[in-house]
Amino acid sequence: MISVNLQTSDFLGILPHLVLSVFGILMLGLGVFIPKSKHKWLAYIGLFGIILGAAGNVLLWGQNYSAFGEMVRVDQLSIILNFIFLTTAAFSLLLTINYSEFVELEFIEFIPLVLLATTGMMLMASAGHLMIIFLGLETMSIALYVMAGFRRDNKYSLEAALKYFLLGAFATGFLLYGIALIYGVVGSADLKAIMEYFTKNSLDANVLSLIGLGLLIVGFGFKVALVPFHMWTPDVYQGSPMPVTAYMAVGAKAAGFAAILRVFIQSANFISFQWADIFWILAVLTMTVGNVMALVQDDIKRMLAYSSIAHAGYLLVGVVSANDLTIPSVVFYLLVYLFMNMGAFAVAELVGSKEEKKTKINYFHGLGYSNPFIGLVMAVCMFSLAGFPPAAGFIGKFYLFSSAMQSGYLWLVIIGVINSVISVYYYLRIVVAMYMYKPEEGAEKIEIMAGTRLVLLLSILSILYLGVLPNTFLKLFYLF
Amino acid sequence: MNPQLLLNVTIFLPLAGVITLLFFPKEKEQLIKIWALFISLVTFLLSVPLFCSFRSGVSDIQFETLAVWIPAIGANYRVGLDGISILLYMLTAFMIPIAILASFHAITYRVKEYMITFLFLETGMLGVFSALDLVLFYIFWEAMLIPMYLIIGIWGGPRRIYAAIKFVIYTMVGSALMLAAILYLYFLNHNFTGIYTFDILKMYQLSIPFGKQVWLFLAFALAFAIKVPLFPLHTWLPDAHVEAPTAGSIILAAVLLKMGTYGFLRFNLPIFPEASLYFTQLFFILAVIGILYGALVSMVQDDIKKLVAYSSVAHLGFVMLGIFAMTVQGLQGGILQMINHGLSTGALFLAVGMIYERRHTRLIEDFGGISKSMPIFASLFLIVCLSSLGLPGTNGFVGEFLILVGTFMVNKTFAVLGTAGIIIAAVYLLWMYKRMMFGTITHEENRKLVDLDLREVVALISIIIFIFWIGIYPSTFTQKTEASVNHLIQRVKKAQVNLQLENRVLDFKSFLSFLADDNKQAGGK
Repeated sequence: MISVNLQTSDFLGILPHLVLSVFGILMLGLGVFIPKSKHKWLAYIGLFGIILGAAGNVLLWGQNYSAFGEMVRVDQLSIILNFIFLTTAAFSLLLTINYSEFVELEFIEFIPLVLLATTGMMLMASAGHLMIIFLGLETMSIALYVMAGFRRDNKYSLEAALKYFLLGAFATGFLLYGIALIYGVVGSADLKAIMEYFTKNSLDANVLSLIGLGLLIVGFGFKVALVPFHMWTPDVYQGSPMPVTAYMAVGAKAAGFAAILRVFIQSANFISFQWADIFWILAVLTMTVGNVMALVQDDIKRMLAYSSIAHAGYLLVGVVSANDLTIPSVVFYLLVYLFMNMGAFAVAELVGSKEEKKTKINYFHGLGYSNPFIGLVMAVCMFSLAGFPPAAGFIGKFYLFSSAMQSGYLWLVIIGVINSVISVYYYLRIVVAMYMYKPEEGAEKIEIMAGTRLVLLLSILSILYLGVLPNTFLKLFYLF
Repeated sequence: MNPQLLLNVTIFLPLAGVITLLFFPKEKEQLIKIWALFISLVTFLLSVPLFCSFRSGVSDIQFETLAVWIPAIGANYRVGLDGISILLYMLTAFMIPIAILASFHAITYRVKEYMITFLFLETGMLGVFSALDLVLFYIFWEAMLIPMYLIIGIWGGPRRIYAAIKFVIYTMVGSALMLAAILYLYFLNHNFTGIYTFDILKMYQLSIPFGKQVWLFLAFALAFAIKVPLFPLHTWLPDAHVEAPTAGSIILAAVLLKMGTYGFLRFNLPIFPEASLYFTQLFFILAVIGILYGALVSMVQDDIKKLVAYSSVAHLGFVMLGIFAMTVQGLQGGILQMINHGLSTGALFLAVGMIYERRHTRLIEDFGGISKSMPIFASLFLIVCLSSLGLPGTNGFVGEFLILVGTFMVNKTFAVLGTAGIIIAAVYLLWMYKRMMFGTITHEENRKLVDLDLREVVALISIIIFIFWIGIYPSTFTQKTEASVNHLIQRVKKAQVNLQLENRVLDFKSFLSFLADDNKQAGGK
């Protein structure tokens, strides 16, 4: 039941979302008046918008209430995740500025799309109602479809966009159908009402609710690239422009997991009963297929795509456990994942250079010597992704697995650590290429723009900082 | 300075050295080398007071520091030393300057990166031996893999990439399962005591049911057995040793392998005493196979470095034999033999490196009659060889003797078989020495070889001092370990009583029931 009396606190609750969407819409018009040579200014304006959004998010710090009836939740989860989304957006804008040196981009449309997609992600994280999740998901997805195909003259980019759109549209259909079924059973799409309904009634009582939740898993599973809904990932990641790939890999995954946490962990706790089996099977499949497929990739973007699938599997291990460690461990991993992947994609973008021609792994040969800083960042990201301490990836995995162990999933942890070992091989391949091979003929110093340098620096520092002193972040979960 | 602080300083001083090295200009290679040597020497000198002020006759942890680190998961920063770790800690601090000294001429490219990885490695290793928290231990244990991997992979021989990857994957397989076991132990401890902690000493107080102990024991044992390396998990070792640069081999042999045997003493024996007793026979057999197999394979090697690498398998077999004898002599001998092997084999690799720098070959047949052109080298090398084969008066004798006495008290067959290993060791080392050093000079290049310079003599002599010190007056070192060893043995003895009552069936079915027994937490944190 949505109350009609809107109050200031309602709008305050969606302040970050408002700021970003207003900026996005205004910039669409503003772009027309800015001469083409000054288009980079649009990226700076976009960054300014993100900073304002973050400031709005800071205002919400420590609050815990629902806005617009039960539609929007303002709590620990949404506030922390909002920061993750805003950082992701800021990082990809910084990467975009550098990227436009390599490939011509239309800033007028691109920057607003990033802002709007981020609005969608933040909506998903703050959702208290299935319709809000759907609204956020669509806002995000539609922007992403366009962004994937942004290199209009490149057939791979177009292929990526079309594939992502067609499959994504089906996934959305599944999701909507699932929402409809649940609404039919419960009589409301409000997450709180759903929770109340299922604490009173057994899930098995109504087969429609079971099907409905299954369809939700398909919809979210597509967005976060769980096996077997992952088919689009490698092609879309490979074809999309590099900053978009980075944005998609981090942002869309975090948003998908935000929705999964909201629906399956916070709202109904279904998972600890009937759904646990499905989730752990998906987790095992996702980890294993992702890692095994990544072993044989020669293209850095495809390798990172399969690696991102594998990481969705690790995250799902945290979800399966469904205890009070779940939310901190999943969110912490998403944060670490943000820095590891942004760093890796930033390096891949720099190495890829003009028209993204150099994405094969052999272009990394000797990178550690021809470009020591870039090589170091990539090495730290790879060690972190592989889960070596003292990089943050280790603590992240450790936390996820300890969450699973707490719920008694010993064998799932064993499968997880074995997968980690498999992943070591392909992550170290990059390190081997960078440090143990001679540079290719004509390897030169890569020029890095200030923005990208900032991304690289922030990534590596955050990875090491969170790896050594994770408590600065983890304690946030015990504050609210 | 108070020793507590000193311990922390010595652990992290090399890391501080890494940070200072970052600001050195790349071209000043000589300066970088000297600075790295200086840092590692200071680390060693600062750790000497630790050894001196270490109270013998006390089995407790000394110089302990406890600080809250990640309260969210119950992990603390807790470091300290006891009788089991103090000698290994000293050995690490001692060997690093020597290894750096050995790299002065051997490393010709990317010197800055090399020294950075080396000092990083030192912090990792010192951390492993002093950590008293499972998470902290695991972090040091894994973090130290990265520099070693880089040292083999970047500065190694022709097949360095293969060797480096093999080294990492082997070690990771073991430690991944150990990680699962650590997490299991963490929640098991919570089930028993209601406290979330990764404190190793708290784990000592647990009495874990036998059905769980065996599987946890095996998970830990796999990680450590790969590191030791215990037959048949040793295949990474010859590759890593042969391809690694001299200093890498020295550290690999002197310190890294000891982490495996140290792990057995720190974790397997005290936390899973019943399981340790249960598996004694298995480890005896593997250790003896290692001793004999390592020695026999060493005998037929034509590459000196491979010969020394396989001899490590044999020597570490002795250490394992001593540990699983679970008698005072056996354990003390085992600990002492860890140090001995570190010194002797470290010195052997050092000597091999010296000759390799001169001739760029390691094949025994390429040498012959070297003693004429390099008399100083020949005499020092002889001392090192003799100590490695356990001549009375050198360190090797004391360690092996104690181990064999300790084993003899428990099992005569294995003690006798172990003795055979010593005899074969004499064969392969002396035969190698004879072929290289004596006879006529068959290769013209060998006639013009330059004898050792001051730097090399200093490096070798400083090890040789300890070879004789331990050989003649071992009590300086054994008295520090005695109390802790006694304490450990008492703990295991207590378990012996329990073991008879336990159900000893161990098969796949019991493994499945271990997996299914979900150790679940009620309510959680």
